[in-house]
Amino acid sequence: MNTASNSNSYLKGSKGAQMILHIFFIAFSLACILPVLLIVAISLTNEKALTLQGYKFWPDKIDLSAYQYLFNHSETLAKAYGVSLTVTITGTLLAVLLIALYAYPLYRKDFPFKKAFNFYLLITMLFSGGLVPFYLLYVNYLNLKDSLIALILPGLSNAFYIFIARTFFQQTVPEEMIESGKLDGASEWRIFFQLVLPISLPVLATIALFTTLMYWNDWFNSMLFINNTDLYSLQYVMIQMIRQAEFFKNQLAGSGVALLVQESVPTESLRMAMVIVSIGPILFIYPFFQKYFTKGLTIGAIKG
Amino acid sequence: MLRNIVKYRVLLLMLLPTSIVFFINCYIPMFGLFIAFKNINYVDGIMGSPWAGFDNFRFLFATSDALRVTANTVAYNVVFIISGLILSVSLAIAINEVTSKLASRVYQTVMIMPNFLSMVVVSFIVYAFLHPEYGFLVKHILPLFGYSSVNAYMHPNAWPYILWLTKMWHSIGIGSVIYLAAITGISEELYEAAVMDGASKWQQITRITLPLLTPIMVILTILNLGGIFRSDFGLFYHVTLDSGALRSTTDVIDTYVYRGLIQLNDLGMSSAANFYQSVIGFFLVIGANSLARKLNRDTALF
Repeated sequence: MNTASNSNSYLKGSKGAQMILHIFFIAFSLACILPVLLIVAISLTNEKALTLQGYKFWPDKIDLSAYQYLFNHSETLAKAYGVSLTVTITGTLLAVLLIALYAYPLYRKDFPFKKAFNFYLLITMLFSGGLVPFYLLYVNYLNLKDSLIALILPGLSNAFYIFIARTFFQQTVPEEMIESGKLDGASEWRIFFQLVLPISLPVLATIALFTTLMYWNDWFNSMLFINNTDLYSLQYVMIQMIRQAEFFKNQLAGSGVALLVQESVPTESLRMAMVIVSIGPILFIYPFFQKYFTKGLTIGAIKG
Repeated sequence: MLRNIVKYRVLLLMLLPTSIVFFINCYIPMFGLFIAFKNINYVDGIMGSPWAGFDNFRFLFATSDALRVTANTVAYNVVFIISGLILSVSLAIAINEVTSKLASRVYQTVMIMPNFLSMVVVSFIVYAFLHPEYGFLVKHILPLFGYSSVNAYMHPNAWPYILWLTKMWHSIGIGSVIYLAAITGISEELYEAAVMDGASKWQQITRITLPLLTPIMVILTILNLGGIFRSDFGLFYHVTLDSGALRSTTDVIDTYVYRGLIQLNDLGMSSAANFYQSVIGFFLVIGANSLARKLNRDTALF
């Protein structure tokens, strides 16, 4: 975090008070993290031990068979990873571009249609048609069932991020820069791509991170629009796994992979291993989050 | 007008793609609300289906469903909003008092982590505790109190507490970081002056921090109240494993509409519930915003 806390010089808090604070926050941090570690522990426990002793925070001995199984039969996993990655990367790039393109004219003081386009966004924040018409539109009119577009398009309309980007432009992009760009004969496109975007990287990065997380964690659109198992995202595979323990086995049988009859599937630990594998990339982008997160939060003010 | 369009054609072109996306995702569905007044059948298509007047609404409100899901939605939201506010602000004030920069950063890092997990992952975590045979709570903790094997997914009365705990675990950390950002913005001179006047720590919090946080607390709360008919769908659908036995205490408008649409194919009922949710939601947002304007002109949304 950039803004860790007030460097309260007035705070010559007593040692005792600091001690109590630390004890409290260590306990709170454990409460945040231990539930996730329970999942890790289950994924590393032998299947037999699970059925005998139930789920525990500490495996008696580390057993990697769930992960081995996942990677030996990695077809389903690889497909789902592919879908999640494709949707996340495409969606994020598109979203950031669309947001910046819309926010920039709203920032331009000389642009005469600012009010109308602001209003156009504001309405979408106030009033939503709800799930049913949205669903019917996508399925019956746009024929988007079982397509990746149905997973990407819904995430591309976020008015809130546009206002954040516009506010950032107002605060950091000097108007003289636009003026001098024009005097030098640069086109509007050039001014936007070569002058405005490069100095707006912090806000673009913040929005990109939020969008990445949103796409990676999205399962709702899969639930609405996806039936084809080839287009299952990671989140959707997990939903299937918690509903039907044998999901993986059925998948493999369905895809024509010969299963040895004796081969036992480590069902319980396998489910949890799947969760851990899906969290992986989030931990990977976490450090970047640290950098931009509070910055993004403090850019908040959204006056129309 | 026309001259301006020509003059600013490039900027207008920049606005075009995003405008189209918003038109598809937001505006067409808004106009699509009228299907609540139709008796949809797929043979005639949506436009061709006969008008049904208020029949769909009559069916919806004839059942006890509408009342139940509305009551659940509002009750959960009110409890979440109030407790979330109190806990987030308290945590933010507490973490601001931690003098060690490093420790403070570590705590914040850990506290916002739950929010990065999707509700599907959270449903697995809850399941790991509550699994009827192997769950950590069920297998190792409850027996200490003399309960053997409880299937929580069959006991609706336990779920308001379980869902509350889950929701708080998922969102408090991030909420407190938002308030912390606001606290950090408070001028330090105020505190220095207070210390000169001999104010205690407690007085500094109640006389400076809280009053200065009040505007942002009020606004965020009012905006949340505007969304009181919408729920965190994943919390009520995935964490409960969509268990039929729990409907009495965990069914909210969002899950009701979803089930009507996807699982039961009861378009009339779900479109009526959808209409009711959207329209009342709209008035709530407008009302909440005018309330915000009354309190403080600068902080209203519009």
